[in-house]
Amino acid sequence: MPCTDHSEKPNVSLPHEECRLSRRIVLKSALAAGLSLPFVSVSANAAEDPRKARPQVGDHFVFSAGDRKGQSVTVKDLPLGGPPLTVYAMDPATRTIRDGSRLNRVLLLRLAPEELSEQTRTVAAEGIVGYSAVCTHTGCDISEWKDAHLICPCHASTFDPKNRARVISGPAPGPLAALPLRLVDGVVTVAGPFSGRVGAKQK
Amino acid sequence: MLRICGRLITVSSTLWKSPLPPLCKRGGAQSAGGFFLLALIALFLPLATAQESKGYRAVTNERLLHPEPENWLMYRGTYDSWGYSPLDQITTKNVEKLVPVWTFSTGVAEGHQAPPIVNDGVMFITTPQDQVLALDAKKGDLLWRYQRELPEDLSQLHPTNRGVALYGDKVFLATVDAHLVALNAHSGEVVWDQPVEDYLAGYYMTLAPLVVKGKVMVGVSGGEFGIRGFVQAFDTETGNPVWKTYTVPGPGEPGHDGWPGDTWKTGGVPVWITGSYDPQLNLTYWGTGNAGPFTSEVRRGDNLYATSVIALDADTGALKAHHQYHWNDAWDWDEVSAPLLLDVQRNGKAIKALVHPARDGYLWLLERSADKIGFVDAQPYVRQNVFTKIDPTSGRPTYDPQRIFGIGKRAEFCPSVWGGKDWPPAAYSPKTGYVYIPANENLCGALTGKAATYQSGQLYLGIDLADLELIPHPDAKDHIGELQAWDMNTGKKVWTTTFKSHNWGPVLTTGGGLVFMGGTNDRYFRAFDAQTGKVLWQQRTNSGVTGVPSSYQIDGVQYIAVQSGWGVDAQRKQELLNKKLGTKTFVPQGGVLWVFALRP
Repeated sequence: MPCTDHSEKPNVSLPHEECRLSRRIVLKSALAAGLSLPFVSVSANAAEDPRKARPQVGDHFVFSAGDRKGQSVTVKDLPLGGPPLTVYAMDPATRTIRDGSRLNRVLLLRLAPEELSEQTRTVAAEGIVGYSAVCTHTGCDISEWKDAHLICPCHASTFDPKNRARVISGPAPGPLAALPLRLVDGVVTVAGPFSGRVGAKQK
Repeated sequence: MLRICGRLITVSSTLWKSPLPPLCKRGGAQSAGGFFLLALIALFLPLATAQESKGYRAVTNERLLHPEPENWLMYRGTYDSWGYSPLDQITTKNVEKLVPVWTFSTGVAEGHQAPPIVNDGVMFITTPQDQVLALDAKKGDLLWRYQRELPEDLSQLHPTNRGVALYGDKVFLATVDAHLVALNAHSGEVVWDQPVEDYLAGYYMTLAPLVVKGKVMVGVSGGEFGIRGFVQAFDTETGNPVWKTYTVPGPGEPGHDGWPGDTWKTGGVPVWITGSYDPQLNLTYWGTGNAGPFTSEVRRGDNLYATSVIALDADTGALKAHHQYHWNDAWDWDEVSAPLLLDVQRNGKAIKALVHPARDGYLWLLERSADKIGFVDAQPYVRQNVFTKIDPTSGRPTYDPQRIFGIGKRAEFCPSVWGGKDWPPAAYSPKTGYVYIPANENLCGALTGKAATYQSGQLYLGIDLADLELIPHPDAKDHIGELQAWDMNTGKKVWTTTFKSHNWGPVLTTGGGLVFMGGTNDRYFRAFDAQTGKVLWQQRTNSGVTGVPSSYQIDGVQYIAVQSGWGVDAQRKQELLNKKLGTKTFVPQGGVLWVFALRP
């Protein structure tokens, strides 16, 4: 039976016997058995693999899907007042797209600067805001846009992008992590790390 | 015996031997984790004797075929999915004396739907986030705890788990990151951990596995993500795959031509509730979910084996028979509940029946045999305006085209997407001969479609959430939730008990002439007279009760056990209802297991 091991590379099929021995499972079994192994985690992988690393200061953005997948995002691609665009950060030096984790999906949205809360303006670039696209409730991708709000399709958590993506309604426990932005020579650029934890706490 | 403080907490190797050591400390994890609300409220039953429980016996084929009345060895108690306990200490006469004897906080939020599964005094429950708790079923002591380390990039559309399966000295768990795990029943240690599919491609599992003759079977969820559904069996000893049967036929297979183009590759048809098993025919019966995306026009055809019951050979997985309740589904009416296997007398004829109160709002009576599922009868049990007629021979419905939504086309229909009955299982009592349906009446819905492009791991619905509507019928002011009792021999409804709230309550019947069910947003868990539907007892709990109740007996005392923990679709539906009805009903979350017995 084919199976996949996502801890290394996505969508790699391994023969059955190999998957029984994949690192993730060995790790889980070892933990369960109380054995001591050097600690290996996804974040450790992220540090080694620039595709898995969270957006870095100076990164640009590319389309995450569709006809223009992988192409650079410009200010003109962001209509004033939405809807948002789902993008990945890209290291402009190496052109490495940080699509190695779905936790790296970012929503870019252009709003009128005067509509943004003061706090939001500190992370926005001329009205353009960036937020993690992963809901803080159970980790679904935020994919709907209605009445100037970001909505998670899984459980209807609703976030206000003008106010640091705070929760308006629904079960999400907290705001979407903000990604500080600035414009450098007219290019939307990452100005700082995510403001907080990305995604949901899987406890 | 190993005692560790990692993901697994083992408190005692066997309930049945040593006195309990203090709970294992988890160091930093305890303060950081926040999942340590292990409130042991030990209100021990004064009458219970101090007699030691007998040892934990291995779960064998024979025991699964004929479970002792004092145990609850599988999801619905028995292979025929009756949800019936023959125990009769608690009766219609004394149920008013039912009191909580101990409770246990699970420490997690969201939908607690798993039954307490009990073997020889040891209880196993599962919770959202794939936690398994093994408890002393008499005293409430924690024996061990398995807490799965879930990947941080996992998304959970349905944060729940519906319970374990038992075989030999193993406990089986199907996980939300699409693994099948075997645990040692005595210690909770992982015996094997088998990847079933790729969670990043939208596959996940929430059902309690089904064990038949040394094989452990699971189905996959993900009908919202463009998966291709299947049921797969694994060897209980090794975890090695034995057979795998897709619920969407591939090229060259019968039914494939009901899927245009490549739609079969992303056609959905998940299986997310435990199947039934007929040992005489050696067939397992599984209910199947929706075809995807919801917009039926992009997959014109019957879309076999979506919204069907399929009969799979327990040894080989060969698909021996099927019946599709409704073709080319456009209402998200998953028919995942496994049919109840009953002997029914209808018009002077004895029928080996499959009974299914469907999400599509019809109560289906089918006849099972080695190579066929025959149609006998179907009738609506709630308001239904989609089917204009049912073919008397094949059971195939004809649709009102005005009730089928499309891309850019809104359509209203009854019942709503959550159906006449969603996943909460119906039950049967051989004492009364009635089938008990946890129904939702007076609720219609509407959908508006949009074009959808498949992207691996992304929702593939063809609708926006904002375009999923609930439309209460004027009669919803009177009630929405119902518990219905049907006599399948006459095909007539015997009684209906109503609730203002919508109903998400799985049903338990007992030899004491009782029916137990929670499911309402007022947090009550109730006992009903199985003959009349009269509420005889109720207990207000911490949260809404969406757990499957079970019953067991230890040292001569009958217990009723259920988890209270509202979440998932019950919570979503409540929010939509609040908007529609102008109510502000808030159902608190957080799981607690409740165990009841008669006050002495």
